[in-house]
Amino acid sequence: MTDRTAAHEDWTRPPAATTGVIGWMRKNLFSSWLNSLMTLLAIYVLISTIPGLFQWAFIDAIWGDNPPEVCKNMPGACWSFINEKYRLILFGVYPYEEQWRPLVAMIIFLTLIFGSCIKPLWVLGKWIMAIWAVGLVMVGILMWGGVLGMEYVDQSQWGGLPLTLFLATFGAVLSFPLAILLALGRRSDMPAIKTICVVYIELIRGVPLISILFMASVMFPLFLPTGVSIDKLLRAVVGLILFSAAYGAEIVRGGLQAIPRGQYEAADAMGLTYWQKMGKVILPQALRITIPPMVNGFIGGFKDTSLVLIIGLFDLLYATRLAFQDISWRPYYIEGYVFCALIYFCFCFFMSRYSQWLERYLAKGQNY
Amino acid sequence: MAAAAQTQASPTTGSVVELRHVHKWYGEFHVLKDINLQVRLGERVVVCGPSGSGKSTMIRCINRLEEHQRGHIFVEGKELTNDLRQVDAIRKEVGMVFQHFNLFPHMTVLENLILGPTWVRKIPRKEAIDTAMMYLERVKIPEQANKHPGQLSGGQQQRVAIARSLCMKPKIMLFDEPTSALDPEMIKEVLDVMVELAEEGMTMICVTHEMGFARTVGDTMVFMDQGEIVEMAPPAEFFANPKNERTQLFLSQILSH
Ligand SMILES: Nc1ncnc2c1ncn2[C@@H]1O[C@H](COP(=O)(O)OP(=O)(O)OP(=O)(O)O)[C@@H](O)[C@H]1O
Ligand SMILES: [Mg+2]
Repeated sequence: MTDRTAAHEDWTRPPAATTGVIGWMRKNLFSSWLNSLMTLLAIYVLISTIPGLFQWAFIDAIWGDNPPEVCKNMPGACWSFINEKYRLILFGVYPYEEQWRPLVAMIIFLTLIFGSCIKPLWVLGKWIMAIWAVGLVMVGILMWGGVLGMEYVDQSQWGGLPLTLFLATFGAVLSFPLAILLALGRRSDMPAIKTICVVYIELIRGVPLISILFMASVMFPLFLPTGVSIDKLLRAVVGLILFSAAYGAEIVRGGLQAIPRGQYEAADAMGLTYWQKMGKVILPQALRITIPPMVNGFIGGFKDTSLVLIIGLFDLLYATRLAFQDISWRPYYIEGYVFCALIYFCFCFFMSRYSQWLERYLAKGQNY
Repeated sequence: MAAAAQTQASPTTGSVVELRHVHKWYGEFHVLKDINLQVRLGERVVVCGPSGSGKSTMIRCINRLEEHQRGHIFVEGKELTNDLRQVDAIRKEVGMVFQHFNLFPHMTVLENLILGPTWVRKIPRKEAIDTAMMYLERVKIPEQANKHPGQLSGGQQQRVAIARSLCMKPKIMLFDEPTSALDPEMIKEVLDVMVELAEEGMTMICVTHEMGFARTVGDTMVFMDQGEIVEMAPPAEFFANPKNERTQLFLSQILSH
């Protein structure tokens, strides 16, 4: 009984106040006056927004197949609008009866993208390119049709999510090699090449994307001989590639600058040629550190594709706006934008998470 | 003038590396002043001198990591000029070991070793791996083949770097202070490898302040100061009675600790 206090203090465990939920909260949320204040402020903001939003989006919302009149003067979200118009939003003005084709094409396309991102499938190595080629041919056949009893659909009728995905993917993927070449050119010893690259990068970066797209659609045809016309979609893709390449080039250049001089020297001393040195030694290291800013650029580029509306392409955002052009549904544009934003968010969030994983994966086993 | 330069342009017979009246400037700064050096096949040259005296610059000119602006440099009978193919041909024959190892951190040790052989010498991968493993055994770290350089100690990294150079089967090895970035307990393991290499008859030019190493394996000591070769002599003579007072001062400083 006498040494009760000693027995009471258990030395084998940390004091209760530093573990568990309370401990965690004390350490992370209320460690100082400023921290406590911020925590309370954050709680206040959450309380004053989340319940209202939840009420609007779920509790008071109108779901299912209802005419617009049902939603009139109701406090909640009118998801019936999406119910009615989702096919217009997702596929634009692609012929209604044929919309299974862009759906299947999109599934193939997304399977290709996600498949290429998954590590166990990398063992396929060079076959991945072949699979992509086959997949893209299938996508093309489905989208255009004109064979196998499918009606021909001109690309001016493509729209919605598939269009946004095509634009974003081709814009990002094809601008990447161009960005690398521009970055290497900008660091070249040869003054002519260097000047061309610097002028290109600075010129493109100094101009808004909208004006490049506009020039691509209005000015390109002026330079072409009469009779030759490049398709609107192709022009948009070319515009996006040229634009993102200039930004990508600066990101890659940053990566190249971060590689210590000793790496270049060791590669030179070995007798590697310029392209071997870059391809085997410098770029693999430089590109790894440019993953976060690159993906940041891709995410920006993905959303920038919505600007193609100025040259008359019905991307996801434009198709959404088309959906509430319908007078009776016009009041529910917020629901339309929320739906559209959720789709954008899913893709951007995936890209962000994937880049984090890729960074960790490539960092394995090496520390600088 | 051009004709005079032409007639001069043939190396002295019997030397694998020859520098003749080599000058180099960084802007206005004269780093190399009239450097003359001949290295015979199998000769071990040890270069020493105070910091900033141009030792690194000189040996980096030999594989054209730096360009000289005057004079002639011959390696294996070929002159270093602006002809890139000539430069690549010479770099194939000259291995270099750096102070900071400069291993490629994104590759495993083995990949570091086979990169040059497979891409520059176009040796089949399988054969390159066998050679690489042989050299890794020579530098006593075959068990590290599949690790990344970042996982090795400094001494191990430098031994890998030496093995990487050897995999190219070079005729000449350049070392630029290979042990000065290492902790004292790791210096010996690297020097041991270098001594072994010297005993096998490799032609070596080595910038180092390891005077013990210089005494055991050196054939010629070169002392540089302020961009000049001040004194050149066999080690015994060089250490016993240095002629130039700058050499005496340097030796007294370096041998006092
Ligand atoms: N790229 C450069 N531009 C201008 N000056 C340089 C450059 N590289 C080296 N120098 C200068 O040239 C001189 C010789 O440099 P070098 O690296 O050859 O010296 P070192 O003898 O190897 O010295 P250390 O023992 O410190 O390595 C130094 O004064 C240095 O500041
Ligand atoms: Mg040096």
